[in-house]
Amino acid sequence: MELLLLLTLPVAGAALLGFIGAGRRAPEVNALLSLGTFLAACALTVRVIRHGDLLLGDEQFFIDPFNVFLVALTAFVGLTTALFSRPYMRVELEHGRLTPGRLRLYHSMYQLFMFTMLLALTTNNMGLMWVAMEGATLSTVLLVTLYRTPGSLEAGWKYFILCGVGIAQALFGTILLYVAAGKVLGAQGMTALLWTHLDAVKTQLEPTVLALAFVFLLIGYGTKVGLVPLHSWLPDAHAEGPTPISAVLSGLLLNVALYAVVRSKVLVEGSLHSQLPAMMLMGFGLLSVVLASLLLWRQRDIKRLFAYSSIEHMGIATFAFGMGGPIANFAALLHMTVHSLTKSSIFFTAGHAAQKTGTQTMERIRGLITLSPTVGWGLMLGSLAILGMPPFGVFTSEFLILTTAMRAQPWAAPILLAALAVAFAAIFSKVQPMVFGETTGRRLPHPPALLPVFAHLAIVLLLGLYIPPYLAEWYRAAAHLIGGP
Amino acid sequence: MTHLPLYQQLLDTCAALLLLLSFAMLSQRRVVTLVNLYAVQGAVLAAATLLLAWRTGEGHLYLSAALTLALKVAFLPWLLHRLIRRLEVYWDTEPLLNVSGTMLVGLVIVVFAFALAQPITLLASTATRSAVGIAVSVVLLAFLMMITRRKAMSQVIGFLSMENGVFFGAMSASYGMPMVVELGVALDVLVAVLVLGVFFFQIRERFESLDLHHLEALKEHE
Repeated sequence: MELLLLLTLPVAGAALLGFIGAGRRAPEVNALLSLGTFLAACALTVRVIRHGDLLLGDEQFFIDPFNVFLVALTAFVGLTTALFSRPYMRVELEHGRLTPGRLRLYHSMYQLFMFTMLLALTTNNMGLMWVAMEGATLSTVLLVTLYRTPGSLEAGWKYFILCGVGIAQALFGTILLYVAAGKVLGAQGMTALLWTHLDAVKTQLEPTVLALAFVFLLIGYGTKVGLVPLHSWLPDAHAEGPTPISAVLSGLLLNVALYAVVRSKVLVEGSLHSQLPAMMLMGFGLLSVVLASLLLWRQRDIKRLFAYSSIEHMGIATFAFGMGGPIANFAALLHMTVHSLTKSSIFFTAGHAAQKTGTQTMERIRGLITLSPTVGWGLMLGSLAILGMPPFGVFTSEFLILTTAMRAQPWAAPILLAALAVAFAAIFSKVQPMVFGETTGRRLPHPPALLPVFAHLAIVLLLGLYIPPYLAEWYRAAAHLIGGP
Repeated sequence: MTHLPLYQQLLDTCAALLLLLSFAMLSQRRVVTLVNLYAVQGAVLAAATLLLAWRTGEGHLYLSAALTLALKVAFLPWLLHRLIRRLEVYWDTEPLLNVSGTMLVGLVIVVFAFALAQPITLLASTATRSAVGIAVSVVLLAFLMMITRRKAMSQVIGFLSMENGVFFGAMSASYGMPMVVELGVALDVLVAVLVLGVFFFQIRERFESLDLHHLEALKEHE
């Protein structure tokens, strides 16, 4: 019931907003729909906590602690982003960057995007997961090009083609999985793609084919995670699209793609009994962290800067999943949560800063603290949080990952530490003048409503100071599912 | 000399035709012909599916063949032709690598693809498993085409041809995917092409050309 509501609300919403999305009250409708989805996600979470794993709809949907936590996170950030976009998109409309028709497209596709992500998370069928992931790309391509500027068209094209090719590789990987499973499960048909069935027989699956399947799946979904060297679409799409879309792409889509990779890893590792999947995840993760932190130095656009920071953080989480084991998995899940919350709040403030100053070039954004203390402090606190300053939650997860790395993969720890230091210097040296620099601009008459930003940061702070026992239990159960050495 | 049954020979012929068509696409610079080649590739795919459906008696393969026929032979080529006429893009510019060079790279790719397909061929229990190598080749050749072309339209056809290869792979290794998944994939492909259509008009409205070198401004600065 909760699941039905969770999935039908966004679809119905997309259809409804397709008609009235340009209306005066459309932003409120969008927020209300997201609120409904969030409530459904909460109800689902409560049910999974009380009764354990759920298999629904003829085994087509499977909810366990691992995905229900992502469902809750996705619905929550979806809600706060809808709240943020309400005033933000109105201003964009007033500035003449949008037409009512495009606003309608935006609202409708926003709901559709939420649907595809929730479907990808809750489905038990690896094939449907693929379909949903491709749907997520398709529903956002036209959002990236919403402003119709040359830059946004280029970004949209790159996004479409790179993710399209990537996802075709993932489809091939899924087929290989199906072939291998068909051999063991006998019956050709639906069951051979169901994750729960695959999980049950994973030790009997043919290792060579599974290894091949994993390579294809990792390349395919890894493109969407933004792993280096498959990342080149990500900064463009984040920088050129409207800010709420940057926030959900960075905070949610990357998580969902990483979820797909981890689900595949669990299967392949069970069959292979070798280090191959772990090594591949660690290698790609580390490469992403290192390269992204170096590229941070060269950025001039505020949204591109934080897009590269997303690549870095997804790299950290991928690396941690590669290490495996209860602590690293726990840390990676926590990292996904806090990164998603922090990064979306940073995009909210960055969007406001760009809107107020009329530019995304960092050299021309100065003295935010004088222009608007809320925006200034929001950006500063968000940046400190994402850089892993205690007492924010990112510190906790990065600390756990680093200490595990020192014990389990001593060779990687210094590289990781150095990259984090480089990233710190790069981001801090760029954010500091933007917030505290000299400005000739006048203080804005009224402060912008940035409730979502501070709500996110408060949760991240809370997670850094104290993880409630039921949440810790939940992470632990999910970490156990993912397994590893 | 072993004697292959007739249906097997026909299926192998289809597979060979698919590979041949992939090479033809690789060398073709006329966009209209490219779309036609894509339609023929779809038709061969549909024929192979039909043959397999008749042979194995799997009901969903008939559906899948009908879907291929409707989508890849009729609707998508029609849509693409319409787009070409409306946008007036008839020729691709000289590819990044000349035709003979591309062909040679293509040959190496085919050898590589067969090596890659070896473990799958050993595992699969279908009558068509020997064609998996060809499916992988089609995917990789389409990939090569996407890399070497400059026009948006040719890249899209490369993308669609890649999907054909993946589809053929699924068919030859396991007699297709479950129906729900196949429907989902078909829906995604359809939406993708529709989105692209919209997208092309946006690009053209802005640049008055579909040449992708306009879309190279977002390089890393400095």
